[in-house]
Amino acid sequence: MAKHHVSAVINGEPTEFLCETQQTMLDVLRDEIGLTGSKEGCASGDCGACSIIVDGRLVCSCLMLGCEADGTTITTIEGVAQGDHLHPVQQKFLEHAALQCGFCTPGLIVASKALLDENPNPTEEEARYWLAGNLCRCTGYDKVIRAVMDAAAVMRGEKVA
Amino acid sequence: MPSLNYAAPTTVDEAVKLLAGATGLAKVLSGGTDLLVQLRSGRLRPDLIVDTKKLPGIMAISGSAATGFTIGAATPGAVIEANEALKQAWPGVVEAMDLIGSTQIQGRATLAGNLCNASPAADSVPALYAAGATAVIVGPNGKRELPVEQVPTAPGRTSLAKGEFILEFKLPPRPANSGDAYLRFIPRTEMDIAVVGCGINVTLDANGTCTAARVSLGAVAPTVLLVDAAAKTLIGHKLDDATLKALDAAAQAACKPIDDKRGTIVYRTKVAGVLARRVAAIAFDRALGKAGATTH
Amino acid sequence: MNYVSSDLKVVGTRPIRPDGVEKVTGRAQFGADMRMAGMIWGKVLRSPHAHAKILSIDTSKAEKLPGVKAVVTAKDFPHIANEEAFVGEGPMNFRDLSRNCLAWDKALYEGHAVAAVAAATPAIADAALELIDVNYEVLPYVIDVEDAMADNAPVLHEDLFTAGVEPKPTKPSNIAKVVTFKKGDAEAGFKDADVIIEGRYTTKAVHQAYIEPHACLCWHNPDGQVMIYSSSQGHFMVRAYCSKLLGINIANIRAVPLEIGGGFGGKTLVYLEPVAIALSKKAGRPVKMQMTRDEVFRASGPTSGATMEVKLGAKKDGSIVAARQVLKYQAGAFPGSPIGPGCMCGFAMYDIPNVDVVGYDVVSNRPKVAAYRAPGAPISSWAVECALDDLARKLGKDPIEIREQNGARNGTKTHYGPTHQNIGFLETLKAAKNHPHWQAPLKPGQGRGIACGFWFNIGGESSAGCHIGEDGTVVAVSGNPDIGGSRASIGMMVAEVLGVPAEQVRTIIPDTSSIGFSFLTGGSRVTFATGMAATQAAERVVEDLKRRAAQIWEIPVEAVEWKDGKAYPAGSNAGAFEPLDLATLALRAGRTGGPIGAEVSLNAQGAGPGFGVHIADVEVDHETGAVKILRYTAIQDVGKAIHPSYVEGQIQGGAAQGIGWALNEEYIYDKNGKMDNSGFLDYRVPVASDVPMIEAVMVEVPNPRHPFGARGVGEVPIIPPMAAIGNAICAATGVRLHDLPMSPPKVRAALDEVAPKMAAE
Repeated sequence: MAKHHVSAVINGEPTEFLCETQQTMLDVLRDEIGLTGSKEGCASGDCGACSIIVDGRLVCSCLMLGCEADGTTITTIEGVAQGDHLHPVQQKFLEHAALQCGFCTPGLIVASKALLDENPNPTEEEARYWLAGNLCRCTGYDKVIRAVMDAAAVMRGEKVA
Repeated sequence: MPSLNYAAPTTVDEAVKLLAGATGLAKVLSGGTDLLVQLRSGRLRPDLIVDTKKLPGIMAISGSAATGFTIGAATPGAVIEANEALKQAWPGVVEAMDLIGSTQIQGRATLAGNLCNASPAADSVPALYAAGATAVIVGPNGKRELPVEQVPTAPGRTSLAKGEFILEFKLPPRPANSGDAYLRFIPRTEMDIAVVGCGINVTLDANGTCTAARVSLGAVAPTVLLVDAAAKTLIGHKLDDATLKALDAAAQAACKPIDDKRGTIVYRTKVAGVLARRVAAIAFDRALGKAGATTH
Repeated sequence: MNYVSSDLKVVGTRPIRPDGVEKVTGRAQFGADMRMAGMIWGKVLRSPHAHAKILSIDTSKAEKLPGVKAVVTAKDFPHIANEEAFVGEGPMNFRDLSRNCLAWDKALYEGHAVAAVAAATPAIADAALELIDVNYEVLPYVIDVEDAMADNAPVLHEDLFTAGVEPKPTKPSNIAKVVTFKKGDAEAGFKDADVIIEGRYTTKAVHQAYIEPHACLCWHNPDGQVMIYSSSQGHFMVRAYCSKLLGINIANIRAVPLEIGGGFGGKTLVYLEPVAIALSKKAGRPVKMQMTRDEVFRASGPTSGATMEVKLGAKKDGSIVAARQVLKYQAGAFPGSPIGPGCMCGFAMYDIPNVDVVGYDVVSNRPKVAAYRAPGAPISSWAVECALDDLARKLGKDPIEIREQNGARNGTKTHYGPTHQNIGFLETLKAAKNHPHWQAPLKPGQGRGIACGFWFNIGGESSAGCHIGEDGTVVAVSGNPDIGGSRASIGMMVAEVLGVPAEQVRTIIPDTSSIGFSFLTGGSRVTFATGMAATQAAERVVEDLKRRAAQIWEIPVEAVEWKDGKAYPAGSNAGAFEPLDLATLALRAGRTGGPIGAEVSLNAQGAGPGFGVHIADVEVDHETGAVKILRYTAIQDVGKAIHPSYVEGQIQGGAAQGIGWALNEEYIYDKNGKMDNSGFLDYRVPVASDVPMIEAVMVEVPNPRHPFGARGVGEVPIIPPMAAIGNAICAATGVRLHDLPMSPPKVRAALDEVAPKMAAE
C-alpha cells in the first residue's frame, strides 16, 4: 500500500506527514516528524514513556497507528511549555528533583498535565493511580507525586509558583 | 515484503464489505490496545486493518437505566467511566472496564476489543456477562443480537463469522434494588492482567433476599465463565455466612485454571472463592442502596 | 583541602540541576534520539534455543534483499585471547564479552546474538533477519544454579575448569570458581554458641529494568576513525571495549555520551556498539541500533539468582559468636557473577569473631549477568538479615538493639580483610531507633520489619576540569556520564571552592577525546572520585587566580587570599587594594599568563563505605497473600549530602527497586528454557500506586578522605528492602518466607501451611 498522507494539529501547529500502515504514532513522532521527546520504553503500552494527549485524552502513542492521527489534535511533551514559559508541572518537577535520569519524565509530565486538566484537586492516592501507567525506575515516585500535588496547588491558585 | 492495508470506513455497509471481501487476514481496529501489541510482536500478521472509529454512533452511549443503555462498540473506557448515569446503574460494568490497564489504555480501550480479543482474563467481560449484556453484530447477512457470553469461544477466538463485527452493546433495563460489582486479583495494585476476576449482578427484594443473580469468573478457564451453580447459591437467600460459604465453594468448583506465569491452579481456585464472597458483598450493598460501596 | 567543617554556601543546598530544563521539555538527547544523515538501521538475529551448537550461518539470502547494506556474524570480529578486563564494573573477560556480542560456536542462552543486519529501514532489517539461515544442533540446557552444579549437568564451556579448588580439576564444569573467606574458627564458634539459627534462602534473577532500552549510533569512517553516540555508564568503557573487541586503536575512537535513561549497573558494558561499528564498517554508513524491551530482558544483563545457606550462632546475651554462609550465584552464560561482593557484604556490618563464607560462581543457559546496584550484596543480605531477625526473636531481643550490640564500628576487622574506619553504622542504627516510625503504633494484622545494608563503595580513576570563561562564568567538565545528578553536585563543589553561586557554573560531560580518562559511572564513585578531581581542579584555579591577583597588585602571592569569589589582600599590611572578582580577573587573563583553567586526573583512594537501615510496615491480606506497604523509612549514612535532593532520590529509588525485588520481580522460565515474562506486563516493577512515600533520612558521618566528606550513596539503599519486608511479613503473620519474590501465591501458601498448626493451638 502507498504511504498514508496524514494531517493533524500537533502542539498547535498544522502538521502533515507520510507514514506506512504499521508505523505507530510514536514511530511517526520520532522518525518522521523529529519530535523525539516521546520515548520508546516498551512499545507495548506498559510503561507510559510514549504518552501523548490526543483530542483531549491521554494515550500511549505506541498503541496508536500514525494513520489514525488524521484530523486529530495532539499534544506531545514538546508542546507542554509555552515557549520558554514552563508549565507548573515542569517547574515543580525541577524544584522537587522529581527526575533523575529523565527518560520517563516526558511521559510523566504529559500524564500529570492530563491529570490536572481533568482533576484539579487530586488526592495522593488518585494521583498515584492515575500515574500507575508511567513507570519510573529511578525515583521511587516519591518526589514525582510531591511535584504533582504542588503543581496542582499552584494551578488552583492556592500558592504562588 | 507483505504490505499492510488500512481503511477507515464511514458507513457500516462499507465496513462490512471491506471485512467480508478481504482476501487475506482482516482485523477490526477500535482502541488498538491489543491489536497493536500483537502486530508489534509478530503474533498477528494481518493484510488489512479496518478502523471502525469513524462509523456513526460507534463511540457513543445512549439510553437510561430504565430503558436500557446502548454503548457503542468503540467507546473508549475513559468515556464509559465519565458517564454518570451508566456508573449509577451499572457500577460493576464501569469499574470492570476502568480496571483495564493504565489511564493511557483507558483513553483508547473498548468493550468490543476486550470481548473479541477473547482473553480468558479480560476484565470487562465477567461484568458484561453478569449484567446480561447483548452484542449487536453486523455482517454480510445483516444485523443480529447475541448474548455476550456466546461471543468468545476459546482463547483468541470468537463465534463471529467472516465479515462480522460488533456495532454496539445493549444492557438490559435495570430493575429496582439491583447492584453489580467486579473485582479482580492482581499481584501489584495496577497494570497487571487479572489472576482471577469476578463479576456479580444481583436483584434483591425489599427484604434483601436475592431474586435474581448472575455470577461470572474470569481467568480460571479457557474462556470467561458464567457460573450458574454459583448464582443458585444466591437466589432465594440473603447474603449470610452460610450463603457466602456456599458461594465460595461453588466458585471454586467451577474453576478449570492453568498454571502459568500469572498464577497457579491451586492459588487461582482459592482466590476465586475469596473474590466471589467479596464481590457479592459489594453487589448486595449496592442493591440495598448502601452508600460508599465502591471498590477503589 | 578539606571543607568538612567549613561554613558552606553551595554544597548542601538544593539548586535546580543544570540539565533539568532540557529534560522536562523533552529536548535532552538519549541513546535512541540521535540522528545522522545517511543513517541506516541495525537489527540482531537471536538464538531461539537455550543451548545449541551453531553448525553454520548462511547470510547470502539476507545480503541480496534490496535495502540491506551489511550483514555480520562473529566472523567479522577478530578472535581475541582469553583475557581479564578491568574496564567495567565486576569481573569480565574480553573474549567472553566478544562472544556475548556475537556468538562464536555456540548459542548459550535463548536470545544470544547470532548475526546482525543493517538496512535502509527497520522493516527491511527485520525482513532480512528472517532470511538468515542458522543451522543449530540443539543441546540439553540447564537453568537453575543447583542443577547447573550437578555432576551430570550439561556443560556450557569445555574449557572452563573450576578455579579456587585444589587439586586443579581436569573435568570441565559449570562452576567457574569457588571463593572462600575465613576469620577465626567458625566450627569452634558454633560449638560455643547457646543458640543456633539456620536457614536456606533463595532469590530469583531480577533485571535493573531501566526504562531506556540500550541504543547507539555508530559510524566507522573509511579512514578508520569511529564515532560512537550511545547512552552508557561510561563512554571510556565503551571506547575501551570496542577498541579491544574490534582491534581499533583507542585514539581512533571517539565516544560521545548521550543522556542515559537509567543504568543501575546494567549499562556498564556493551552489547550493541561493537556490532553497530562492524556493520557500519561494512556498509559505509552510520548505523543506528536499539534494543526492544523483549531484547533487553532476554539479552542484556540481569543480576544473579541464588541459593544460599546461612547459619548464625549466638550467646544468650545476644552476642554473635559464629556465622557461616554458603552462596551459589548464577553467572549466566559466561563466568562473572558478583559472588565476591556477595561473600563480602553479608556479614560486613557486624563484628563477629568467627566467620566462614564460601561462594560459587556458576554458569547456566541464561543471559550473562551484569552489575545491578551493589552487585551481590542484596542477595547475601537477604539471608543474613532474615536470620538475624529470627535470632533476635528467639532471644527475645529488639532487632535494632541486637544489631547495635553486634554492629561494626571503627576498628572492626571484616571477615574479608580490611578494617572499618570512619564508618557511621551505629549512628544510622541510632537514628532508626529514634525515628518516630519505629515507635508508631500498628493495627492488628500489620507488622513492622527492619533490616540493614552495607556497601564498600569505590574510588578509582577520574578526570574533571574547570575553565573560566572570559566573563568570569565557569564551565566544569566531568569525565562521567550522569546517572543520578552528578552534574549538579560536581558543579556545586566547583562553585563552593571558587566561592561563586551555583548558577554561575555549568557542568558538561565531554566526549572521550576531549577530557582525560575516567573510569565508569558505577560503584557509587562519581560524587566521591570525580567530585574530588573537580574540587582539586577548582583549587588549582583558585591558586592560579591568587597568583594573577598578586601579579596585578605586585605583592607576594602569600599575601593574597580568596574568599566568596574574590581575591583580597590578606590583611591591611598587604595593601589597600579593591578585591578582584572572577569576571575582572578573567578579563585580564591574557596579560596574566593566558587562559584560566585546570584539569585534574587522579586515582581516588579512601572511598567511605555506606550503611543503611530500613523500616517497613506492611499489611498482609491473609486470603490473597497480597502484601501492602503502609509506611517506609530508609535511613542511611551519606557522609555529606552535596545536593540533598539527589541523595534522597538515590535512597528512594534504590528502596523502590528493593521493594520490587522483594514482592514481585523475577525471571520466569518456561519448559523450553525460554524467558516467559520478557516485558513490563509480566515482569512486575513497582508502579506509583504500589508504594507509599519513602522517607529518606540522611545521617552525615563525614568521610575524611573526601574534601566535602561525601560517601557513595547510590547502592546501599537497594540492599535492606527485601529483608525489611520479609521481617515485617513475619511480624504480621508469624510466617518466615525464605524465597524471593514474596509474591501473593507464595505468601498465601506459606500461611496455609501454618494455618492448621495455628488452628490447633
